[in-house]
Amino acid sequence: MRVTVVPDPMLSVRGVATFYGAIQALHGVDLEVGKGEIVTLIGANGAGKSTLLMTICGNPRAQSGQVVFDGEDITGLATHEIVRRGVAQVPEGRRIFPRMSVFENLQMGATLSDPAHFAHDLERVFAMFPRLAERREQRGGTLSGGEQQMLAIGRALMSRPRLLLLDEPSLGLAPLIVRQIFEAIGRIAREEKVTVFLVEQNAFHALRLADRGYVLANGRVRLSGAGHELLANAEVRAAYLEGGHA
Amino acid sequence: MAYFTQQLINAITLGAIYGLIAIGYTMVYGIIGMINFAHGEVFMIGAFISLIGFMICSLLGIGSAPVAIVLVLLIAMAFTSVYGWAIERTAYRPLRGSFRLAPLISAIGVSIALQNYVQLVQGARPKPGGQIVSGGFNLFSLDGFDVRVSWLQIIIVVVTIVLMAGFAWLIARTSLGRRQRACEQDIKMAALLGVDVDRTISLTFVLGAALAAVAGMLFLMYYGVIDFFIGFLAGIKAFTAAVLGGIGSLPGAMLGGLLIGLIEVFWAGYFSSEYKDVAAFSILVLVLIFRPTGLLGKPEIEKV
Repeated sequence: MRVTVVPDPMLSVRGVATFYGAIQALHGVDLEVGKGEIVTLIGANGAGKSTLLMTICGNPRAQSGQVVFDGEDITGLATHEIVRRGVAQVPEGRRIFPRMSVFENLQMGATLSDPAHFAHDLERVFAMFPRLAERREQRGGTLSGGEQQMLAIGRALMSRPRLLLLDEPSLGLAPLIVRQIFEAIGRIAREEKVTVFLVEQNAFHALRLADRGYVLANGRVRLSGAGHELLANAEVRAAYLEGGHA
Repeated sequence: MAYFTQQLINAITLGAIYGLIAIGYTMVYGIIGMINFAHGEVFMIGAFISLIGFMICSLLGIGSAPVAIVLVLLIAMAFTSVYGWAIERTAYRPLRGSFRLAPLISAIGVSIALQNYVQLVQGARPKPGGQIVSGGFNLFSLDGFDVRVSWLQIIIVVVTIVLMAGFAWLIARTSLGRRQRACEQDIKMAALLGVDVDRTISLTFVLGAALAAVAGMLFLMYYGVIDFFIGFLAGIKAFTAAVLGGIGSLPGAMLGGLLIGLIEVFWAGYFSSEYKDVAAFSILVLVLIFRPTGLLGKPEIEKV
């Protein structure tokens, strides 16, 4: 395994171990996400990808190891304190508030931001996902999967994050929608200068988009490298890309 | 017809008080999925603080009833809120993340502790509250039967409507209400968006306690007598109201309160007052058999 050294990391995960009760989900994970990078973490179901994202946000807390965000150790902070520092998450399963309108969901996304730029941020989200503007008053629970994903990303952007964590944004979506979502993620990183850490099972799309990638298996980082390197890697191809791609 | 109207007026008055207490049960359940069995005691403490408040008002020579009522209302809400906050802080928060029955057992413990505490410091005998508002008017007379509405009944219904409307507005329109609904719908996600979940839960207890304090004051004014045990039955009835309307639903709590008031008063008025509680609880059983989520409750939506 090659050790990647990032000169100016936005996020450093150092030897993080996380437990669910007596079951250990992460066995000392090390990885780094540099400022302005798109970094992806791929791995099979149950490898610990979602656990890692939630551990970064402090729930569950890392039993040992360190999570450092922009030079500050955030391992022991409460979730809302971590989020306040500029981390936003688009969680697994999207977790849209089902009985709130699209607009209210976006308002929730702006919980921590200055009300003065709410209107401007809302406009940006609606420009990125015009479908959300059409559905403005509709309840979150009645949206389609793709619309919910757009809303989840829009909601995360409302807090003006410096680091955006995305957990399987392509899950369960039609190929056309998947392409739209990945395009949007690329734009967020390149045009809005948001650092992106993307967890995916859809390794092909993720590695093509990302600058660098890590492969997680059984709670440990197995491989890391540039996106195109991993795409060409025989082990990655066999384990995560076999059987074609969406 | 006259008799019916009279009972209806009495029922709405009683239902308003139950509804105010029921909101506290339903909100706490909505946000942390727990029945706060000490809530009836919070109501009882609200009534006692009101009693003390009215005594202080009369000692200070505040003669005007509206001034005294508003003053006592504010005092009772403030003090009872502190109780609500402290109960959550000491008896429930340390048990969060524990097994589901733990906070429930703790709640029963708090309930017994508060009853005994009030019994100890205020005595076990019923305390008369004196009459703060008296009089009323005849709505109409029919067949020699006067349908009377007392000023007190009007005050109770008006205060309740104003508070419930204000409360509904708070939940639907303000950012605090939005945070509260977010916690109710997905507490983990709310935290991920920066909501201070512990603080939101504390505020839920404070709001519920403040409404219970109002109910306590209205109860004291309506019945004129309170003792340390009134929280038990009123609490159980209000809890029944919350379940009847659909636990977790605010309009459900208001509707449930009204229905329990109606059932109780009409049963007592037309059949026998001994079995009015049995009637109220029987209706609850029937509703739960045919509509387990209550009248306005929403079926649990499993997240995909």
